[in-house]
Formats: sequence, structure tokens, C-alpha cells
Amino acid sequence: MADDVRMETKDLTVYYGKHPGVKNVSLPIYDREITALIGPSGCGKTTFLRALNRMHDLNPIVRVEGKVLLDGEDIYDPSVDPVLIRRRVGMVFQRPTPFPTMNIFENVVAGLRLVGVKDREELRRAAERALKMAALWDEVKDRLHQPAVGLSGGQQQRLSIARALAVEPEVLLMDEPTSALDPVSTQAIEDLLTRLKENVTIVIVTHNMQQAARVSDRTAFFLDGELIEFGRTEEIFTKPKDPRTEAYITGRFG
Amino acid sequence: MNLKRRYLRDRLMQLLVYLGTLVVLVPLFFILYYVFVQGIGALNWEFFTRPPAPPGEEGGGMLPAIVGSLIVDTLALLFAAVFGIAAGILLAEYPDHPLNPVLRLVADVMAGLPAILMGLVAFVLVVQPMGHFSGLSGSVALALIMVPIIIRTTEGVLKLIPWEITEAGLALGLPRWRVILSLVLPAARGGIVTGLMLALARGAGEAAPLIFTAFGNPFLTFNPLEPMDTLPLKLYVYAISPYEDWHRQAWGAALLLAAAIMVTNYLARRAMRS
Repeated sequence: MADDVRMETKDLTVYYGKHPGVKNVSLPIYDREITALIGPSGCGKTTFLRALNRMHDLNPIVRVEGKVLLDGEDIYDPSVDPVLIRRRVGMVFQRPTPFPTMNIFENVVAGLRLVGVKDREELRRAAERALKMAALWDEVKDRLHQPAVGLSGGQQQRLSIARALAVEPEVLLMDEPTSALDPVSTQAIEDLLTRLKENVTIVIVTHNMQQAARVSDRTAFFLDGELIEFGRTEEIFTKPKDPRTEAYITGRFG
Repeated sequence: MNLKRRYLRDRLMQLLVYLGTLVVLVPLFFILYYVFVQGIGALNWEFFTRPPAPPGEEGGGMLPAIVGSLIVDTLALLFAAVFGIAAGILLAEYPDHPLNPVLRLVADVMAGLPAILMGLVAFVLVVQPMGHFSGLSGSVALALIMVPIIIRTTEGVLKLIPWEITEAGLALGLPRWRVILSLVLPAARGGIVTGLMLALARGAGEAAPLIFTAFGNPFLTFNPLEPMDTLPLKLYVYAISPYEDWHRQAWGAALLLAAAIMVTNYLARRAMRS
């Protein structure tokens, strides 16, 4: 495991109006590892995640303070175009979001086609690559031109992942990607995460502590908007330093 | 307990509901029936293919008014669609834009203004600078009537599109305008088309705003820069004329108009369902 830091937050505070949802969080995110963010509902882990690719920009009541560095560059610097940041730092949401007017193929290559990639062969190759990475290719290769909304929930979520991967992001943010899925689909996506980290740095928010323990290399525990503890996953789960972390992972609250 | 009385009340209420429905439907069917009976006799080959006969003479048709209605209404819909959809996008997708309170006020006021005032506005904006009446000025007047309808329906359907779609698009590194154009608008297409059709149906039935804009023209023309006839305008002129044959043709125009608007409404509803 190379300990290269890919992203890093410095004193990151995110305000909803006057209320800080994330308070002074400094957290390194290591290259080609899976970092899990855990904590009880409302602890700020999703708010933190969304700050990493400027998804808060559209919400006028949200204000971000502090720094988020991507390869040493502050993504909140006024000279930085958030659109370019989001091409490098992709996101998969809690609920699958297939674009309803597009078929499976169009969904996967939407991020390429809509910025002007026209070459059919290039798009076809990108779609196949992304769908194979997302472990969906075998299930959909014969019906690429059918509506994406006809897929099952688990397939739709893997489609959303394939779509995010098709633009070849360096970092992939995942906001509880399996919370709406059955165990079989969850298993498929967890297997996929482990394979993906060869190429992509992953930050995953999860409510499911077993999931964090199974898939992640490092774990950050959030409580009331603060980062309580961060470390290698096996250490967080076997010998947590903070009593609050221990209370949470042993199921005493949350 | 008093179960029996509750059943009785239930039946009474049902009866009232049916009665209310009947009260609304009967006049509608009566109007349609009356227009049909009065108008069907006027609809013949000549009605659709001939220009009007000189005053007092029998025969002649509505061809200039039919062509004029098609041209004036289509142009009006084009103008109104451009402004209405753009404004609807602004209101729905950029809710904090500083222009929005003004835009919303203007749309609400416009929706409440009498149609003839829109004719007056078009008269000042188009007829006076051009120096003469024209189909184009009529289109502008009708567009002013259609715009608030299109703004409202567009804003309404865009707000129904899940925010997750926008976020998913942005997360792919797409610029905001691209997300709206390629992801949100297509998802709202059915509803937007419905709004356009409803606006068309509303505008196509107006005569008052055309009196001093499109003005009317007994001769067939395809040039919207000249005065033009439309069906409602012709209906109005013929209905207040002293000639029996013109009255007959006015009923024909009324039937044609009612049929066209009902078909448009029907198509709008079908588009909404898809």
C-alpha cells in the first residue's frame, strides 16, 4: 500500500445557514485505497462527502470553509472550474439515478457524449469497458438499446456506477451506494469496489459497519459533524482509541 | 350505532356529486350540440377551398381565414414557446435568480389581463412602427396571451423532475446548461408539449386581440407581413353582419374552431400521459 495522499481536507467546515454540519475536519484520502466514512445519521458524513467534489455549490444556503486539496490544489480556489473537478472526482448516489429518457448504452456514455465525444467506436468501447468494470456487461450486453429504467434496482445502481466510471474519474465518491439494495446486489457492488481500487481512489459513506469493515482500507468515524477518529480499518474496528468510536462500532448507539 | 344514517349520508353525497357533474356537463354538451347542428350545414368543399364572396352574395368560403389561422397561430406559438420555455427554465432551475420575482409578477399580471389589451400592446409594438396591420402583429398579440400559460406549465413540470437527475448529471462533470438541455428538458418533454398545446388552444380561439392587429383580409395571403384573416376574427365579423349566408358560415367557422381546439386539447392530454 503506497501511502500517497490523493485528496486532503484542511479544517473543512460546512455550514447549513448558520449551523455547521461539518466542523474543522482535516482528513487525508489515500491514493487507490477505499476510505469509509461511518457514523450515526446526521453526523455530517454525507455533507463531508459532497464537499469533496463541490456538490454543495448549487445550494445557496450552504457555505464551505477551509480547504479541499486534490493533488495539492485547492478545489475551492476561485480560479478552479467545479465542472472540471467533478470530471476528476465522480459520485454515485444512494438511490440509482438512470436518466429516464435514455437507453442503457446512452446512460453509460452520457458523460462522454454530452461533452462532445461523437466517435461511435470510441463510445462503444468506453461503454463496454465501464459496464465490465461495474460487473453489469454480461447482464445487459444483448439489450444495450433498451430503456435503462427497465433494469432492476441493483442493476440500475451498477449502471450508475458504470456511468460514473465511463468518464474515468480519479476519485469516486459513493454515498451509501448499497443502502437501497438487496444482499445479492450489495455483494456484487462490494466485490466491484475491491476490484475498482486498482485504478480509482474510493471514498464511501456507509451506515453498515460490516460493510466498512469488509471493503475499506481506512475508516473515518464522524459524530456531530466532527471527525472523531481516523485510521486503518482493522485498527478502528479492533482497537479504537476513542471511547465514542468504540461505543459506536460495538453498537451501543447510532 | 348510526351506521344506517351514515350509509344514507354517503348515498346523498354521491348523488350530489353526480348532480354537480351533470350541471357542468349538460351545458357543455348543449353548446357542442348546438354548434354542431348549426355549423355542419356550412361545412362543404367551397367552405374549405374558396375565398369569401363579396358582401350580400351567396357562397364563398373560409380559405383565407383557415390559412391565416394556421400561420398566425403557428408564429404565435413559436414566439411564445421561445420566451415561455426560457422563462420557465429560469424560474424552475435557478430559483434564486434575481430576475425571478419580477418575472413571476409579470407572468401573473399577464395571465390576468384581458386579451384585448394584448392586442393593444401588439398594436403599439408592431402595427404602429410598421405603419400597417399584419398577421405578424396578430401573432405577437396571441403570443402575449400564450406566454404566461407556457411559463407556468414549463416551470411546473420542470419542478417535478427529480433533483437527483440534475445532481447525477453534474457529478459526471457536465456543465449546468448541458444538464438542463440534455437531461432535465427531455425528461419533462411530455409536460412541456402539453403546456404548448394548451397555450395554442387558448390563443387560437381569440378574436379580440386580432381586431386591430391581424385586422382581417378577404383575400388569400401567405405573407404574415400583410393583414390576415383568422377563424375567430371571421366568425366575429360574419356573426355581426346582416347577411343570412354569413351567419351560416360563422356557425361553420365556430364548429371548425371548436373541433380544432378539442383535437388540440386531446393531443395535449395524450402527450401528457406518455
